[in-house]
Amino acid sequence: MDKVIKNFKTLSYGPAPEDDKEVYSWIKGLSSPTKIFINNKFIRSSGNKKLNIINPSNKKNLGKLSVSTKKDVDLAVKAAKKAFPKWSKLSSFERSKYLYALARMIQKNSRFLSVLETIDNGKPIRETRDIDIPLVARHFYYHAGWSSKDINTKNHPIGVIGQIIPWNFPLLMLAWKVAPALATGNTVVLKPAEYTSLTALFFAELCQKANIPEGVINIVTGDGSTGEHITNHKDIKKIAFTGSTEVGKKIIYQNQDPDRKLTMELGGKSPFIVFEDADLDSAVEGIVDAIWFNQGQVCCAGSRLLVQESIEKSFIKKLKARMERLRVGDPLDKSIDIGAIVAPIQLQKINQLVKKAEKEGNKLWQPSWSCPTDGLFYPPSLFTNVTPSSFIAQVEIFGPVLTTLSFRTPSEAVAIANNTPYGLAASIWSENINLALDIAPKIKAGVIWINSTNLFDASCGFGGYKESGFGREGGSEGIRAYIKYELPILNKPRKISKKTNVKNNLIDKTPKLYIGGKQKRPDSGYSFSIYDHKNKFICDIPNANRKDIRDTVEIASKVINKQLKNFNRSQILFYLAENLQDKEKNFIELLSLLSGLDKKDALEEFNTAKERIFYYASMADKFEGHIHNPPIRGLTLAVKEPIGVIASILNNQFPLLSLVTILASNFATGNANIIIPAEKTSLIASEMYQLLETSDIPEGYINILTSKQDSLNKIISEHENIDGVWLFSESDNERKKVINYSVSNLKRYWCPKAKNVNWLNNEEIFLNEFLYESTQIKNIWIPYGE
Amino acid sequence: MANKIFFDLDTSWVNNIKINLSAVERRTATLTKRRTVKKEFQVAWLLKAITLIDLTTLSGDDTFGKVERLCNKALNPIDKNILHDLNLSSNDIKVGAVCVYHHLIKDCKTLVKNKIPIAAVSTGFPAGLSSFATRKKEISDSIRDGADEIDIVINRGFVLQNNWKKLYDEVREFKKTAGGIKVKAILGVGDLETLRNVAKASLVCMMAGADFIKTSTGKESVNANLNNSLVMLRMIRDFYNKTGKKIGFKPAGGISTSKSVLEFLILVAEELGFEWINPKLLRIGASSLLIDIERQLYHYTSGRYANKEKLALG
Repeated sequence: MDKVIKNFKTLSYGPAPEDDKEVYSWIKGLSSPTKIFINNKFIRSSGNKKLNIINPSNKKNLGKLSVSTKKDVDLAVKAAKKAFPKWSKLSSFERSKYLYALARMIQKNSRFLSVLETIDNGKPIRETRDIDIPLVARHFYYHAGWSSKDINTKNHPIGVIGQIIPWNFPLLMLAWKVAPALATGNTVVLKPAEYTSLTALFFAELCQKANIPEGVINIVTGDGSTGEHITNHKDIKKIAFTGSTEVGKKIIYQNQDPDRKLTMELGGKSPFIVFEDADLDSAVEGIVDAIWFNQGQVCCAGSRLLVQESIEKSFIKKLKARMERLRVGDPLDKSIDIGAIVAPIQLQKINQLVKKAEKEGNKLWQPSWSCPTDGLFYPPSLFTNVTPSSFIAQVEIFGPVLTTLSFRTPSEAVAIANNTPYGLAASIWSENINLALDIAPKIKAGVIWINSTNLFDASCGFGGYKESGFGREGGSEGIRAYIKYELPILNKPRKISKKTNVKNNLIDKTPKLYIGGKQKRPDSGYSFSIYDHKNKFICDIPNANRKDIRDTVEIASKVINKQLKNFNRSQILFYLAENLQDKEKNFIELLSLLSGLDKKDALEEFNTAKERIFYYASMADKFEGHIHNPPIRGLTLAVKEPIGVIASILNNQFPLLSLVTILASNFATGNANIIIPAEKTSLIASEMYQLLETSDIPEGYINILTSKQDSLNKIISEHENIDGVWLFSESDNERKKVINYSVSNLKRYWCPKAKNVNWLNNEEIFLNEFLYESTQIKNIWIPYGE
Repeated sequence: MANKIFFDLDTSWVNNIKINLSAVERRTATLTKRRTVKKEFQVAWLLKAITLIDLTTLSGDDTFGKVERLCNKALNPIDKNILHDLNLSSNDIKVGAVCVYHHLIKDCKTLVKNKIPIAAVSTGFPAGLSSFATRKKEISDSIRDGADEIDIVINRGFVLQNNWKKLYDEVREFKKTAGGIKVKAILGVGDLETLRNVAKASLVCMMAGADFIKTSTGKESVNANLNNSLVMLRMIRDFYNKTGKKIGFKPAGGISTSKSVLEFLILVAEELGFEWINPKLLRIGASSLLIDIERQLYHYTSGRYANKEKLALG
């Protein structure tokens, strides 16, 4: 001690360890017997397989946890299923009380939880204490405040939710999953990550203290096998998964139940864009928070630095100077910036990727100091000499490794930023509000931070575009992910009569495909025949094939970038309805001819179709976003953006009404449409394209491809340039297949059960469902102040 | 280059400065949570802090009696018993300077006998709005009376009008008048309102030859805080990187606790490096800070929390 004091003229940071005694004594008590949490009780697993858990900062063993077996998972799901009816029927106030109790308990045990999380995960105590745990409490408070707003007679809780969470924010991800699920009346079976289950088990103790009703929250520890028992369980009605894109895709691909809801929060390679007019010193700090937060093990980590060429050199110099001052080491030390990597295998992976990048000629820079060697540490690392084609610029490293790319102009920045299969987040740095707000909508990502990074709050939605997954967590959009809406069902089927007699005036018709605003012959040169409801031949109609799909998508994906103003879209739809009016006779005859509807029903469908187009014409400029109010000086804009190119596959029900509902809603929200009408009623769609031509629908926004029923489903759902796929089908098997195939590029899919759907329903909740499904929400964080 | 005193006014540099307030606030809010010093390390940091203090009295009622107390405290900043327990001698620890109005310079000089530098506030302190000739003369008068350092105030109006040329010319003229004597330019951050203004004023003063940039007079409503200090430190760093000249920093006003001074030291260490933490490049303008540090040292050596009245007043 004297030496330090005597030499007070040369300063240094000494050790500043956080006390860990209480936590270690709890860990000791935990290990034997190992526990899983079902029905509010800790029970033994039925199996003997164990997980070894370590403290990554010193590699010391912390104990063993059970790998929950199929039997365990069955038991947990059974408990959750049993608890569901009562829990879902509790008043929102009653449920809120439980959530509030959990929020309070988390705050009262905040330091304990912080220390436990740090020991288990390796992240610095600074982060668990100041970020993770306060956000956990915030999440329970926020959702305690969600009243029955979105739970009404039409929107229901889903049932038993299977939740699989990652190791990078163990308790925070638990909170993101559990709080909204409980608030909306669901019950859960949650599997914490195999490396980091301890805070979840302590949380289970808090559930006991809070008297959470039996079976509402069940926690099963385990590895990938336990996860599979969850995803394979037929009583689980929704899977909420956060983890790698690879595993997420596997879950979708193997999903057997088309009625099961899935939300996927997956990987990323998020751009961090620095323009020459940014506050550069602050941008450097932003990078510290972007890629050296949680050792870079963050799905939305700003791992791709895009810096404008004019400032690249000086910026990199500033960045390197800053990196020299980062401190890596014991995460329980209060003066540490970067803690330990979660597991040996993860450290090994980082090492391999970095070595491979060096071999490829990318230039690696690391600070002059070296990391402690007693734990799983990795230094902050910077790659320069990187181009978009370098693998290090594409692959998600999930470690403290930053890659640098340069750009010259704003449009080049956007092009490079979007040059990735992922689309989770982006950070934009510029003091020019015009520039920043111009770039934000152009980046394909679910979260945009302007002059900031890695800001999170329960009031704002978080989740990805493209292969970063779908579904949102947090905010009103997060609530939507935990309620279900079922399409309205027709009470009794419409009358179809063989007696309906309509004169066939259509013999000389030659319908074509409608692609890019032009009538085209099918690539194959083949047609199929259309018969009336009495099986009398009407005409031949083109049979589109994969090449027609290819050509259509090429055109549709180009026009989507020339986005029309919403007022334009609105006017066009109104005009379409106007023009439809003149064709009343044609459509009513066609409807009767094809389906044998009596005239009254056909007229009702026709009239509703006009009304429907009017509705969506009016919603083109009224289906708006929100402003969220996180506790910062700033705003978060929750903007509704179009999905992109959506292909819709129809069935024969209400052939005119379903067609206009889909094309009008999709067009209203700014998507480009590819519509595959049902085989038998294709003629309705062919009749429609003439109207589209006369209604000034710009070419390429609505395309109609007739084909044999379900013959294009696979090609469409696998096509990587189609952003969304809608399937309205009675066949569970077709629905399942389309969902499975859509993993190729993680399309936004909507394949609702479509048997006896009452398309005549005019309720807002039904009509708006199409608007919700044709949009995705981007949260743009805009802190301000001068 | 490092010995060069004056640099040309580079208005394009000044006008291109970008400061993002929310990002600055995030940095200062998290910085104080990213670093801490404990136990004997904290003692060392606090002792160091004492050597950086410009022990100040700047009241209208300052008399010889007041300044006598101040100078004695400056020479013996820590209670002898505490020093003994820390195994230090009284020669080891002195404050950085004493800081007074012009009329007390001579008295101070007699009392401290060149053991500690004497800093005089000057140029129409605190508003800086008397005639230019008067303000210049004030500098030469104070130097003649024995001031070792001059704390000048800038004309805040020039900053608000973005009149960089006038600001530059005045400060440059003041430095010229002071010659080899250290000049600390007080920005009056509270009057400048925005951090962008603070940054720009910092840069112009450094170009015009200021040896130190200082936050405030202590008389404005906003004085030194971590946000304006961070911005000034970053300007010092940019200036150093461009010119090779190290400019000193003096936060003043409102730093009255050990906890707070440690935060400022950590800020300097993290933004500029430990080499900036010495009296040549860092001063802390304070009056009641010293006694709080002394209480912390007392607590460290005795294990008991101290009563302020047991420790000598400054």
